[in-house]
Formats: sequence, structure tokens, C-alpha cells
Amino acid sequence: MKSQRRTLNTTACLCAGLQRELLLALRSPGNTINPLMFFIIAVSLFPLGGGADTAYLSSIAPGVIWVTALLAVMLSMESLFRSDYEDGSLEQLLLSPQPLYFQLLAKVFGHWLVTGLPLVLLTPLLGLMLSLPVAGYMPLMLGLLLGTPTLNLIGAIGMALTVGLSRSGLLLAVLVLPLSIPVLVFGAGVVDAALNGLPVAGLLAVLGAILALALSLAPLAIGAALRISVN
Amino acid sequence: MMFAATNLFCERDERVLFSHLDFSIAAGEVLQVQGANGSGKTTLLRILCGLNPDYSGEISWAGQDVQNIRETFNRHMFYLGHSPAINKTLTPLQNLRWYCASHGFSDDAAIFMALAELGLVGYENIPCYQMSAGQQRRVSLARLLLAQAQLWILDEPFTALDKQGVTELEGRIAAKAKAGGAIILTTHHALQLNCPVRVINLDTLIGAAK
Repeated sequence: MKSQRRTLNTTACLCAGLQRELLLALRSPGNTINPLMFFIIAVSLFPLGGGADTAYLSSIAPGVIWVTALLAVMLSMESLFRSDYEDGSLEQLLLSPQPLYFQLLAKVFGHWLVTGLPLVLLTPLLGLMLSLPVAGYMPLMLGLLLGTPTLNLIGAIGMALTVGLSRSGLLLAVLVLPLSIPVLVFGAGVVDAALNGLPVAGLLAVLGAILALALSLAPLAIGAALRISVN
Repeated sequence: MMFAATNLFCERDERVLFSHLDFSIAAGEVLQVQGANGSGKTTLLRILCGLNPDYSGEISWAGQDVQNIRETFNRHMFYLGHSPAINKTLTPLQNLRWYCASHGFSDDAAIFMALAELGLVGYENIPCYQMSAGQQRRVSLARLLLAQAQLWILDEPFTALDKQGVTELEGRIAAKAKAGGAIILTTHHALQLNCPVRVINLDTLIGAAK
């Protein structure tokens, strides 16, 4: 066999990183399915515990779905850097000549594709469970579509800081949940506004702006945190 | 001199691991870092490759401080650490493809050749968790054959290898030095290379610095 070395541009390298992330998700399905199961089960506890009063359920629906989504995202972050840290792949990632910023962005995006996106797609089912009025579905899903990537990026910073600790779960929550408050406030606000017949474009734009901010700054923070953690 | 460290100092947990450490390595040289357990060999190697920033002094590559030319330096440097950097749920082929891509190239033929050279024919598509520790180490070492680095930094490269594997790796290190590469390594195994080896001993160095 003859060597057929092809030089790859940065985009192709990022696709390889993304492909690896998806392969890993396929090989350990528990890491992606468990947070989703948590999301479904935790939301379904509210009608069971809070009574079947439709008006009451629909009034708490936006908040319940957003808070549970936030917690499910935090749970899913645990697997983002854990195996790479333990087997040393993280060291190789930090020593790779490709720009770390884009490699981390590809990694978090891959993680969002297998955890965040399915979560967004599941929300209509949960909306039904909480008798969310029809007008609320579209704003809820759009809000989550813009909000969950931000939560993933913020969670990745916390995970990068705590990956060196054997039990990072609670510390991760303490570090990350306060930073997620703006997303939560505007995300649940979008649904409330829609249910009251108010325009939602402005609130969605704020969520988009927060996402843009996270996309541009979070990978830098994740990189710096990882360099501290591998040391 | 392609790679040099000047006045290197490192302290860990209020204990000085080394101070006033100066050395350089040119193309074609092999440098072995010796020292007892806990003398700071791994720390030194991690400082040299850029994973550990807790040092003072200067490390330079081709006359420039590595902190200023990190991506260029990473392109020319290969680091093999204690951990294999092999994901056990993926196959050797998938692991090595990612390694190649993160270094900016794709070459499946070379991956198959590298795995064949390390005696892993038929294991290309088997998840690494089904392999023995020695075989996983060999997958990790396959990266040596794929990387086009001039400087190899190897931390205990002979761990978990059988006798034949050790001999083959020694041959590869000597060949790399002959081809103009530079190798810095630590090992507790008695090296038998058919090329000159320089030695830095971290234990006696501390004595010398006092």
C-alpha cells in the first residue's frame, strides 16, 4: 500500500472532530439517552405531584420545561470531557497544531447535536403533558433552540474547570447554574409573552445575542480552563 | 540547536524539583532524562511539551520562545505521555483518523501500514477495550509512525510492551535520530540504542545547583 497523505483544511479537521464526537455518542448511548430520560421523567412528575388542574399546569409549564431542560443539559455535560481527560486525549487536543478555539467549538456543537437538539424536539410531547396552550409551542421550541447551545457552552466552561475532580456534579451545578439565569429568564419569558399575545421577536433576539456572545467567548474560557485542569 | 531550555526552574508542593537547568538538543541527538521516582521527570517533560505552564526560565524552538510560536511548535513536536490518548470505545482506525485530522492531514493507507508495522493487522476495526494493555500501547505508538514531528518527547515509552516491542521501538528511536530527529525520553529500562545517548540526571542536578 502506498501512502496517500492529503492535507486537510481547518474545516475538514473540524468535521473530523465533530464526527468523533458523534461516534462517541453512538458507542456510549447512555451518555445521551440518560439526560433525555431525566428530562421526560422530571417534567412528567409535575402533573403527578401538582394535580391535574389544566389551568394550573399550563401556567407553570414554561418555567417547568425550561428549568428541567437546564438541569438536563447540566447532567449531559458530565460526559463532555470526562473520557478524554481520563484517557489522555485531552492532552493531545491541547497539543494539536489546529486552533483550539474551533476544535472546542466543534466538540461542544457535536455534543449539542446529540443531547440538546433531541431535547428541543421532545418538548412538544412535554408541552402536551403540561397542557401548554397551542400558542406556546413554537416560541418554546424556538427559545430552546437558541438557549440550549448557550447552556451547553456555559456548562462546558464549568465542566472544563471541574473535570480534574473525581466528583464534579454538585460543584458544576453551583458554578454554572447562576450563569444560566439570563437564558432561563428570557427563555421562559418568550413563552409567557406568546401566551399573553405579546410580540416575542425581541426576546428571541436577546436569546440570540446571548448565544452569539457565548459562541465568541466561551471557547476561549473552555480552553483556558482545560489547560488548568490537565496540569 | 533546535530545542533548548535555559535556566529552567520548577517547584511543586513547596519542593524544588529542579533549578538552573540548562540543556539543548540538536538534530540527530537522543537525550535521556534520568532520576528516581518523584524526581520530576514527567513534570519536566510536560513542561517541555507545553502542558505544564508552572515554570520559570525559557524554552526555545529554533531560536524562538515556544510560548510565542505554540502552533508551529506543536506541528513539529510529538508527545507520548503516560496515558495512551486512545479512546477505548473507538477502534484503532477511528482513533488514529482523529489524531491525523487534528494534525491537519488524512491518510488511511498510512494508518493501515502503521498498524501493520506494530503487529495489529486484523485489529483495525475492533474496539480498543477488547485489546490487551500492550496492544493498546501499540495503537498509541502507531501515532509515532504517523506524526511528522522532528522532536519526540516520550515519557516511559516502553511501558507494557513485550521484549520484541521494546527492541522494535529502540530501533525506531535510533532510526529517527539518524534521520535527523531529536528525541527526549525517560525510561527505567536499560536503553540499548545503537546511537549515542546523552543523559541528564535530575537527582545529581539538584546537588549541583546547591
